[in-house]
Amino acid sequence: MTYLAAGVEGSNPILNLTIFGLFVIITLAIVIRVSKRASSGASDFYTAGGGFSGPQNGIAISGDYLSAASFLGIAGAIALNGYDGFLYSVGFLVAWLVALLLVAELLRNTGKYTMGDVLAFKMRQRPVRAAAATSTLAVSFFYLLAQMAGAGGLVALLLNVTSKAGQALVIAIVGAVMIAYVLIGGMRGTTWVQIIKAVLLIAGAGIMTIWVLALYGFSLSAVLGDAVARAGATGEKLLSPGAQYGKTAITRIDFISLALALVLGTAGLPHILMRFYTVPTAREARRSVVWAISLIGLFYLFTLVLGYGAGALVGPDAIKKAPGGANSAAPLLAYQLGGTILLGIIAAVAFATILAVVAGLTITASASFAHDIYVNVIKHGVVEDAAHLEVKIARRTAIIIGIVAILGGILANGQNIAFLVALAFAVAASANLPTILYSLFWKRFNTTGALCSIYGGLGITLILIIFSPVVSGKPVDPVTGRSASMLQGVDFHWFPLDNPGLISIPLSFLLGYLGTVLAKNDKPDPVKVAEMEVKSLTGADAAKALVH
Amino acid sequence: MTATERPSPSEARDWEEIASRPEFQVLRHRLRTFVFPMTGLFLGWYLLYVLMASYAPAFMAIKLFGNINVGLVFGLLQFVSTFLITFLYVRFADRKLDPLAAQLRDDIETGRRTEGEVK
Repeated sequence: MTYLAAGVEGSNPILNLTIFGLFVIITLAIVIRVSKRASSGASDFYTAGGGFSGPQNGIAISGDYLSAASFLGIAGAIALNGYDGFLYSVGFLVAWLVALLLVAELLRNTGKYTMGDVLAFKMRQRPVRAAAATSTLAVSFFYLLAQMAGAGGLVALLLNVTSKAGQALVIAIVGAVMIAYVLIGGMRGTTWVQIIKAVLLIAGAGIMTIWVLALYGFSLSAVLGDAVARAGATGEKLLSPGAQYGKTAITRIDFISLALALVLGTAGLPHILMRFYTVPTAREARRSVVWAISLIGLFYLFTLVLGYGAGALVGPDAIKKAPGGANSAAPLLAYQLGGTILLGIIAAVAFATILAVVAGLTITASASFAHDIYVNVIKHGVVEDAAHLEVKIARRTAIIIGIVAILGGILANGQNIAFLVALAFAVAASANLPTILYSLFWKRFNTTGALCSIYGGLGITLILIIFSPVVSGKPVDPVTGRSASMLQGVDFHWFPLDNPGLISIPLSFLLGYLGTVLAKNDKPDPVKVAEMEVKSLTGADAAKALVH
Repeated sequence: MTATERPSPSEARDWEEIASRPEFQVLRHRLRTFVFPMTGLFLGWYLLYVLMASYAPAFMAIKLFGNINVGLVFGLLQFVSTFLITFLYVRFADRKLDPLAAQLRDDIETGRRTEGEVK
């Protein structure tokens, strides 16, 4: 108990680092091993040649999707705000039905590497690919920045590194390892990192869940009862909605806005979409989603028990006082249950989570830049030795993105940028999803419509966020003397909601519709329209014949 | 590993003719009549949950057994409905979509035309 001063109580930084180091060494060894089997082409670098099975890809998808925010963040939100934390998990899970029913299989049949492949299929290639890549890079950048800044907080929390310079060093190491995964292993290596991480994360959460339940005679009701008792006078509020979002009329509408972005954003996240190309057929893409839904659903059920369990066994006061606040609920619970060792394992898993998610984002963003912008926009789709050159560009882009992520993470460390994940979902739901759905299901949808919904959705979302209370103008907290907004001491907000989805998503659908019907002369090529429709439904000419 | 990528034959095919075939129209109709209503259903069910959580917290706080209240059961029912719809769609796709899609794909890639009743 000599680490009380700054890190989480009971945390042994040496042990945490050792376990995390083991994870990095083992995964790097696997990445190097699987990369030897790879050919050097673009297909292999971007999508592992489509050689993963549905179950493998489903596990990797859950590894890509279950970020540190959903593990530490949701468990902490349930521990402190009770039911309102649970609302997130429901939205994050239900969202997968959009991917299953409307997007995954048709996308797999129509595209090859990127979201731009599908959106530009029957359109004028250059403008639509440029738009798709812009949106992909924007979503990936916001998501990446949030993950990297989170890494800084996690360092303080679990490794007891409190100096800014020390945290910057750890962020740089995390970034460097991530770049190594992507450069050495491409999508194949990244996928294996995500699979290993998903298994560790879900197993770790599962063990803790059973442990908590066992302490209460496997009665969820008893866990809830103890969490209520531990929270004192206001404890009863933990069990019903409203603690966080029920305060005013505005916060209620804000919650509905957030819920819309969560449920419609998932199937528009470029790094999730790209995962569907790593399987050989639409049928395997469907199996991927089934596996992902099962694992993600199971995981969110675990976080429900972990959140209330942390409230019951650790107590809200201890969580609030710990460094990292709500984020420390799960690590503190791990310590309470299994002492230093379990805390070390959970800490290492949390790090592994950041690594795997960041690697997935980087490969998606670099693929989009190399494939959509470099090859198709700059070179007009005509490149000599295309496969080789394209991968070279993608690798260089990955290094640049990695460096940007490291610098961004260091700059954003300690800033209040939790809204960036919600922003990524809002852009995905506003700019990407309407355009994907119109492309797949509406014959008349044309280039003008696609550009309107992508740029319109992106622009509206960004403007509403910039002029929202998350950036400026939230009241100053009398205790800390700081505003909950990102910027202090200024107030230029005029949009009342933190989450723009309620406005930006319907407007983007409307813009895509208006752009299409108003530009009457901009008709997509009927042959391409028929080809896209037939291919998307049958998978003709799409299956990748692979010999291992 | 070697990827055997043949040169794309897509340009040689008559996509408009294929799209107009009755068996393709049946496939398209079957997919849409399943996924569109199902999407409406789960989105409506989810929005109902979100609205109840926002505007009817007192109802959500009614205890059913022990400390388990309406809100928790409603939330867990969202999990159940998600798993159920997943199961139903996979069964539907296995039985009604995949055989038809496979037959069409085969016809397209071999250039043949399988005559006969649509299953």
